[in-house]
Amino acid sequence: MSTMSLAMLHAKYNLIETARIPIALIGSLVFPALALLFFVVPQRTVANDPLFATQAVISLAVFAVMSNALFSFGLTIAENREKPWDPYLRTLPAPGLSRVLAQVFSTGMLGLAAIIPVIVIGGIFTAAEAPPVRILAGFVALAVSALPFMLIGICIGYSMPSKAAIAVVQVVMFALAFAGGLFLPPILFADWLNTLSKFTPSRQAREFVIWAVQGGELEWWVWVGILVWTVLGFAAALLLFRRDEGRRYH
Amino acid sequence: MTALAQLEHASRRFGDVLAVDDVTLEIEAGSMLGLLGPNGAGKTTLISLLNGLRRPTSGSVTLLGRSPQDVRSRQSLGSTPQETALPPTLRVGEVIDFVGKHFEQPMQTEALAEEFGLTPLLKRQAGALSGGQKRRLSVALAFVGRPKLVLLDEPTTGLDIDARHTLWQAVRRQHNAGATVVVTSHYLEEIEALAERVVVMSGGRVIADDTLQAIVGKVGVRQIRLRTPEPTAVGALPGVARVETVGADSADAGELLLYTADSDQLIRELVTSGIRFADLAVRGASLEEAFLTLTESDRAHATRASATRPARGSAQAANAQEVTR
Repeated sequence: MSTMSLAMLHAKYNLIETARIPIALIGSLVFPALALLFFVVPQRTVANDPLFATQAVISLAVFAVMSNALFSFGLTIAENREKPWDPYLRTLPAPGLSRVLAQVFSTGMLGLAAIIPVIVIGGIFTAAEAPPVRILAGFVALAVSALPFMLIGICIGYSMPSKAAIAVVQVVMFALAFAGGLFLPPILFADWLNTLSKFTPSRQAREFVIWAVQGGELEWWVWVGILVWTVLGFAAALLLFRRDEGRRYH
Repeated sequence: MTALAQLEHASRRFGDVLAVDDVTLEIEAGSMLGLLGPNGAGKTTLISLLNGLRRPTSGSVTLLGRSPQDVRSRQSLGSTPQETALPPTLRVGEVIDFVGKHFEQPMQTEALAEEFGLTPLLKRQAGALSGGQKRRLSVALAFVGRPKLVLLDEPTTGLDIDARHTLWQAVRRQHNAGATVVVTSHYLEEIEALAERVVVMSGGRVIADDTLQAIVGKVGVRQIRLRTPEPTAVGALPGVARVETVGADSADAGELLLYTADSDQLIRELVTSGIRFADLAVRGASLEEAFLTLTESDRAHATRASATRPARGSAQAANAQEVTR
């Protein structure tokens, strides 16, 4: 079988396994939609302003993608490293690439499932608006800016046991969400916080998707930041993955 | 016969531990090879070199003419996890389908389930299976891709006698249908039930490689326990393969453990020698004790007299029952 069809096979069974314990999905699927419903929709100054409302919807969509990527990669990898099922799968005739792709596909599906309620609620209850082509561009931008989060998740998964990974993923997730302006818009930030914020992948992802959806000027630190986080994350993930091979068993 | 898999001077090191130490081994097509050795002998590491999970630190491993890391060579390989590790939320049928879809010509899920007695369980989630059912499923997974070479690592550890026999029968049927099987175990009984050729490992090295009959003869060691004021004289009796002292600090009447291939003959010698002794007890040696005797008899001929050393406690006695012959 080809790498791609094996990737789809593994993604399918990843999703079946996840879906059998639905409560595990609630956090990452429902939380972004609830946050939008409780924190944005009642604030009519934001909700009635097309510009701000759209940005709020985008922020929570980024949050949905980020929390899915961090949880899915960080926890799945940390758990799999503790389970002997994973080394068994590595003895099957499937290249490693297809298993990584499977993880990306299944995470992408869950991310999509988390974004859709955010967009629906945003579209119905706020003044958020964007032409369909722009929404499509937004999805592409979301997928690109999700890369650093997936890589950070991989690093967490390979560097600690699953119980530690749960705690670390949550701390990292909320720290990045607040500092990146996903919960409170950066307009409300103090200058020092705004400067700090520009170094976080969450802020960069937010600005990148806003640029894709609303247009305007893409500031240089946004794409440079995403690039740097991706390269650093990839290097660290590779390093931790290699180190893990020798250490897992002894 | 052609070799399905080959290790040439393969070694694998984990930090300070040399888990596999310069092993050269050929696995021939159609054979049923038993890999026998105490825990920590390097059996599982050897298997992981064959299934591509690890690379040798030095030396080479080939599987069907290719590297085991090559996906194509694993198309003809069937393996099973050592621990029962099935994803608890997947149903039995789904697990078999999932693994089978990796192979070009998988067995029908129903046929495989029938063969391993899993038919009534197909709809059950793997997490709801009993220990024996999980083992059966794990072993069945090794056969789903119609592999040429099957690696079974401790296939029946923790199973009761009935479950063990059922599984052995299924494995034998698969072997008769053409599969080459490598089975590791620290139960001599399991190796006897399955293997034709036996490789004994200890401390990462192959210490014996012979037919089943020859190996059984070598490791059929018995242990004699007694108290005597003259341990040196007892240790020097003919037929003593190895001596251990128990409680070395109580010097007046130390207890001795003697290992021998023929306990009846040794007791006759002991009685006629006139050496004083008390509290005589005879039992079959555990496999681990038999291995120690086997390894020591290779190099201990010159140092027989100084072979007396403190016993390593009674932990070994606990599993003596399982391997008593």
